[in-house]
Amino acid sequence: MPLFDKKDKSRYATFTRRSLGLGGGMALVFGILAGRLYQLQIRDGDQYMTEAEDNRINERLLAPPRGRIFDRFGVELANNRRNYRVLLVAEQATEGVEQALETIGKVIAISDAQKKRVLATLAQNKKFVPVPVAENLSWEEFSRINMHLPYLPGVQPDVGETRDYPFNDELVHILGYVAQVSPGDKKNDEDPLLDIPGYRIGKRGIERQYDDALRGTAGASRVEVNAYGRVIRELGHDAGVPGQDIWLTIDHDVQQFVSKRLGNESAACIVTDVATGDIIAMASTPGYDPNLFNVGISPDQWKDLTISDHKPLLDKVMSGVYPPGSTFKPVVALAAVEAGLATPDYRVSCNGATTLGNHTFHCWKKGGHGTLDLEGGLKNSCDVFFYETARRLGIDKIQEVALKLGMGAPTGIELPGEKSGFIPSRAWKQKRYGVAWQQGDTMSCGIGQGYVTATPLQMALEVSRIASGRNISPRLVHMVGNELTRREVAAPLDLSEQGLARVREGMNQVTNVPGGTAYAFRIAEPGFEMAGKTGTAQVRAYSQEEHLRGVTKDSALDWKLRDHGLFIAFAPVAQPKYACACLVEHGAVGHPQVLMARDVLLYTQKRDPLGMPSAYPLKAASLAGSPVR
Amino acid sequence: MISRPYATARRTLGIADKLLEVNWGLVLLIAIIATGGIAMLYSVAGGHFHPWALSQLSKFILGLFILVIAATIDVRVWMSLAYPAYAIALLLLIAVDVAGHEGLGAQRWIALGPVELQPSELMKVSLVLALARFLHGKSVEEVSKPLNLGIALAMIGIPALFVVIEPNLGTTLIIVADGCALLFLAGLSWYWITPALAAIATAVPLAWRFVLHDYQKARVMTFLDPEADALGAGWNITQAKIAIGSGGISGKGFLNGTQSRLNFLPEKQTDFIFTNFGEEFGFVGSVALLILFAVVIFYGIQIATGARSQFSRLLAMGITLNFFFYIMINGLMVMGLIPVVGIPMPLLSYGGTAMLTVMFGFGLLMSVHVHRQVEIPRHSGGII
Repeated sequence: MPLFDKKDKSRYATFTRRSLGLGGGMALVFGILAGRLYQLQIRDGDQYMTEAEDNRINERLLAPPRGRIFDRFGVELANNRRNYRVLLVAEQATEGVEQALETIGKVIAISDAQKKRVLATLAQNKKFVPVPVAENLSWEEFSRINMHLPYLPGVQPDVGETRDYPFNDELVHILGYVAQVSPGDKKNDEDPLLDIPGYRIGKRGIERQYDDALRGTAGASRVEVNAYGRVIRELGHDAGVPGQDIWLTIDHDVQQFVSKRLGNESAACIVTDVATGDIIAMASTPGYDPNLFNVGISPDQWKDLTISDHKPLLDKVMSGVYPPGSTFKPVVALAAVEAGLATPDYRVSCNGATTLGNHTFHCWKKGGHGTLDLEGGLKNSCDVFFYETARRLGIDKIQEVALKLGMGAPTGIELPGEKSGFIPSRAWKQKRYGVAWQQGDTMSCGIGQGYVTATPLQMALEVSRIASGRNISPRLVHMVGNELTRREVAAPLDLSEQGLARVREGMNQVTNVPGGTAYAFRIAEPGFEMAGKTGTAQVRAYSQEEHLRGVTKDSALDWKLRDHGLFIAFAPVAQPKYACACLVEHGAVGHPQVLMARDVLLYTQKRDPLGMPSAYPLKAASLAGSPVR
Repeated sequence: MISRPYATARRTLGIADKLLEVNWGLVLLIAIIATGGIAMLYSVAGGHFHPWALSQLSKFILGLFILVIAATIDVRVWMSLAYPAYAIALLLLIAVDVAGHEGLGAQRWIALGPVELQPSELMKVSLVLALARFLHGKSVEEVSKPLNLGIALAMIGIPALFVVIEPNLGTTLIIVADGCALLFLAGLSWYWITPALAAIATAVPLAWRFVLHDYQKARVMTFLDPEADALGAGWNITQAKIAIGSGGISGKGFLNGTQSRLNFLPEKQTDFIFTNFGEEFGFVGSVALLILFAVVIFYGIQIATGARSQFSRLLAMGITLNFFFYIMINGLMVMGLIPVVGIPMPLLSYGGTAMLTVMFGFGLLMSVHVHRQVEIPRHSGGII
């Protein structure tokens, strides 16, 4: 048999033919692969590049430092302090998170509620996300954690930033506070900062009103992450824009005095610059510590704040609405002069009561004041004088002047939650009650009772306008960042100077002329004398029977039933500079509000913040960084 | 055709002659591709030789020795060893089903002392050898005779059965494809081929219903709609496409691939190594790599058609096709054109057994080349 034959040749030919055929098929497959590469890398390359970058890069928001809040001399009223905290990383806690918390609990105190919260947060986050276990630790606690770190796997000590209010409750109703973002906050606010875990926003006061400015703009850290989301390195860092500082018109020194002077009374006090309306001090007591809300308030602490009859959460200055009582009499007096009723010869005779129909209106003084002119009416705070004057004036004229003095409408102070008192009108009563306005209504309004109400802030505005004769508005914020807020010279009021002068004189007599209702509480030091007007806001209605029996002394009543004491004043009398309104709830006994206002006005005048050379930085930019004290 | 008895050839070729006869250009080509693979392993390890690149380099150097040694061994010796090799590979394959341990959900490995062996890899080469020897003795007419065809199909089918129950679908496909391609090259009649193709078309739905494992079905489903489960089973395909696509025209540059380095690619060092190549070297680099592969295959076909014995021809073509099937299945898989099956990219993917078998395969190819003038009678069974 030959080694090779035709059969071999034929199968070699077949092999070669079919090999080349397969070769062609393979070439086709390579063509498909190359085509697919073209499709993926050239045609759709950009899209996949984007997807790869999306995979790789995570943006992490950074909270910029919150703007500070200064008083007019650069005292820091709200700042940011270091927040020593302990974080726990689940995946590094080799003995499990429960055990880790247990061990941490042996080093620093953590409550069961805290533990529960931490476990819940850990469950919501990925295992490598550090979750805060305890914040605002003392340096001593923080050191202890650091010392025990070798025995605390997964624990990370961390230094963050947190809001601090160094003067605690002294300015709480001005500054407000910051607290954690609630789901409701996110509804109307798309600022990405709100999504940062643990971020805090302003909830009340300046912190809330100027939250946007104080927050600044979110920074971002571009980090490269791996498939599991772990950060590999930082690619870019944008610190964001720090929040803007805010400068208030407040003089912290006076504020502190006022706050201490009010003490634990349920009281409110405002000190203003009568020429500009700038608020120098503004306090409502008792207050509360705004730091509590930042750190996290306990249910017990919250309960104490809400059930107290001294209403610490309420800013009585602008959210407390009271009958102005006799502090409204200067308004009526001014209206009487404006209407041409109270000429220098105008007299009203008081014998202790006046009647309207079958209703008797009593004066506070049994037996009456005799015949009084306008100044005398104010000096003695004679009720009959103002019943009578109001009756003759009619409500329309009183309303007109009251509105010009800033009552009956919000003052527009730069704080959230301002309430407004009320100045009634004929139309209002008709609409509200479907009953025509009665003369009796006018007479009640004449002594600041009835439908008339005002906030202490409105009363402060009233007395400031009377003192300066200018159409000023209250102003609390001087600068936001490096921008000055409005500061135009206020126009004179649309009221005659003669009327204002007579009312000022009447108020002068209240304090500085023997027999004046506040003569006993006058400032005797020459050059510092104040003019004022006392007032009492009735808490309950006196019955006819009580009047016949003789009015029950307030001191004999329960605290809650006692009348509110009010006082408005300005000083110095000769050239008014400062005005003050003071309210002490249920404080009609012993006139604490008058004593307070006197002390406050005397202190303010002696310190004289308006006369101090460094008052208000002229060049905001140069001073923002280096506050002048 | 010059007719020369093999005894003559044997006399004229000494070891030095054989080394000179080795196609060093092809060896260089293989070395270039393997170096690219080692560079990729260095890259996906984040710029480190550990844990993969160095190990792969040592395997490749060992593989080079195996290649050269295999090349110098007479092709008739290989012919003699074909059946024993097949028998041993089959025994190991059965052993792995009994005693092997599982890796990635499949039982594929067997420990032979310190060496971890993947018998299915050995089987691919052994089957090519054994079939080449069997078909060497059959003329075109004989190949299509039912008995011969039956034996050949059994030689393919028995190992395929054991591989598929491991389970290892990818390797099964390659074994069957290799075997069938050899039958085709040996001259199988179209009267068999045409109905067979028709039968396959009907068998696929049945296989889906009764043969495929759940994880294999999941891979197919995932392939058909990867975005439906982009973070689960579709992850591989989605991320592989992103990796390759994001390379663009010129790539992100060596060591700058983010997809693999940041672990977005699973099995980045093995089956999905090509995605990193595509990401770092882009369209230009990937096509260049494909061209290198194509040139290797071209050499393979040239060697096969230039050999003077049917055994050599079938062996060379079988090895070349085996190499090609790896590239095709892996390439189509990582580019999202076919479902994910566990098939590595030859010379690039990390893996000792795969590297050594591929290099051994090239050794056999080279042996065919070196001994291309050797003629073997149709009824010869080799020289041992």
